[in-house]
Amino acid sequence: MSKELIRLHDLCMAFDDELVLDHINLCINDSEFLTLLGPSGCGKTTTLRIIGGFTTPTSGDVTFDGVRINDVPPHKRQINTVFQKYALFPHLDVFENIAFGLRIAKVPAREIEERVMEMLEVVSLKGFERRRVDQLSGGQQQRVAIARALVNRPKVLLLDEPLGALDLRLRKDMQIELKRIQQQMGITFIYVTHDQEEALTMSDTVVVMDKGRIQQVGSPEDIYNEPQNAFVADFIGESNILNGTMVRDGVVRMYRKEFPCVDGGFAPNEPVDVVIRPEDIDIVPVDQGQLAGTVTNVTFKGMQYDIIVDLGGFKWLVQTTDHSPVGSQVGVKIDPDGFHIMKKSEYSGMFGDYSSYSEEYEELADVSALEEEESGDEE
Amino acid sequence: MKNKLSRFAVPYVVWMALFVVAPIIIMVVYAFASQNGGFSLENFVKMGSYTEVFLRSFKMAVIATIICLLIGYPVAYLMSREGAGFQRTAMVLIMLPMWMNFLLRTYSWITILDNNGLLNQLFQKIGLITLYNNITGSNLTYFPMMNTGGAVVLGMVYNYLPFMILPIYSVIIKLDHSLLEAARDLGANSSTVFRKVILPLSLPGVLSGITMVFVPSVSTFAISQMLGGGTELLLGDLIERQFLGGAYNPQLGAAISLVMMIIVVLCMIVMNRFGEGEEQAVMM
Repeated sequence: MSKELIRLHDLCMAFDDELVLDHINLCINDSEFLTLLGPSGCGKTTTLRIIGGFTTPTSGDVTFDGVRINDVPPHKRQINTVFQKYALFPHLDVFENIAFGLRIAKVPAREIEERVMEMLEVVSLKGFERRRVDQLSGGQQQRVAIARALVNRPKVLLLDEPLGALDLRLRKDMQIELKRIQQQMGITFIYVTHDQEEALTMSDTVVVMDKGRIQQVGSPEDIYNEPQNAFVADFIGESNILNGTMVRDGVVRMYRKEFPCVDGGFAPNEPVDVVIRPEDIDIVPVDQGQLAGTVTNVTFKGMQYDIIVDLGGFKWLVQTTDHSPVGSQVGVKIDPDGFHIMKKSEYSGMFGDYSSYSEEYEELADVSALEEEESGDEE
Repeated sequence: MKNKLSRFAVPYVVWMALFVVAPIIIMVVYAFASQNGGFSLENFVKMGSYTEVFLRSFKMAVIATIICLLIGYPVAYLMSREGAGFQRTAMVLIMLPMWMNFLLRTYSWITILDNNGLLNQLFQKIGLITLYNNITGSNLTYFPMMNTGGAVVLGMVYNYLPFMILPIYSVIIKLDHSLLEAARDLGANSSTVFRKVILPLSLPGVLSGITMVFVPSVSTFAISQMLGGGTELLLGDLIERQFLGGAYNPQLGAAISLVMMIIVVLCMIVMNRFGEGEEQAVMM
């Protein structure tokens, strides 16, 4: 089995009086692809910078291979970083950028040549060695940055939102590429992103963070299927989150009705958060449904329709391939394994209602349009 | 759009034509004229006797530029690493002398460097002059500092140092901090980061600093007259004499100016090549 490589022990970080990291405990295994996922300001980049040695934690320890490395400067760590804006040296060409670390380590010239060429092969940039870095596209610069870090054969590669500046298509390609490189090199990748889809696609382990705290650690499947609180459920994918009562194991009550589910282990009649993923809901004729409501909004998404159904004042998001017209009465049906029950947390009641659905989506669309424009400029 | 732009450009074009292009044309015409009119190359032939002045001017300007660079680069670099408050204060202190009249600033050096000026008084008080006399067996009552080449170079360095510090500082301060982090990440300690990243990336600032110190140094006349006391005749003095002094000969003055300008431009072109055209906008 894989062994522990890096451990963060009770890590706290405060800038002025603001607590950015709040008692982070995390164990990172050798050769795993671990993603720190969270909204901006959640502390994920700070965690990465502490591992890289660019920031010293206010309290707590970082150990590497069992040795405490809090005070080891970045240039003495067997860790390399791919920076958010790549940070390629503008005065050096592609070859010299990649060779930078090797030249400092006084590696013999012939070996430098070999290793740089090998890395160029890995990142599919053969023939680009004498190009100036400002003549490269965003995706190519990105790959130079990866090669520059990997050529030093680090034990750990840190990546700080490396795909943020790329357009959607390139981002998808690079996700697969990164995963391939990680498996080929067999080293640990610690990846920071706010993009949940990216995290699910590439990672072995996902660490969901918010407000400087780790909310959940697990495999992508665990995180998606068994979110621990409303924040994780909402941040990873779409979720309808409702108040319910766990009557007994296997039975949850909401809308004054009892529903069969597969979860258990709660106190009798404990108040809980009920998560229902939009794709787990079937739209059926009213008389066949467990609940009935009115369709208030329909959006065509290509693969499916996003349908908002008003069920007793709470708006549900339902994803289905069948179209239902706005204003129609429909029934909804959920299989027992479609319910996921969570304990109440500080996040209860903050997420999972789609009342503000349309505005929210427009905002999202605006943001992605902007991102698209920006990355388009860089190309 | 294009019409609009050119309309706004008219005052600029007129200004350039009146105060840049026209004077140069007049200078060229004068340079190739004899004293009683008509085309002639005699001015350039005559210039041969001033080779020494040319060499001295360029030598002093080069020395002053090198000293400015040696002082200015570390100052700019260390300044850029300090806090914002320190940087603001340092900037004001560097600019402060420039708010004073150039002649006044230079005159004040006379009271410092004079034979019975502030420095010599200080040396006397602390017994430095006596010590020197005892060691060398000489019999000085003061160190002669005024009216020497050294004083002229000092004047140049003092007056033009800010022009070296500011461009270097502004380039270093704008360096992307993540580049420095990337270098550290790749195994560079602080001195390697400086040598392999900061220094090469600050070259454009160094080049423009060199230009801004060298060009006025090579053509100065006030400094050499005040601090050199006429012992160190420089190109600027030579040219001035042709126009204002007893040796009235504007044709020769124009010719010397033209040759000096050509040499300076050539130097700048060579420098630009040396800087690999990293940032072309730096020069001129």
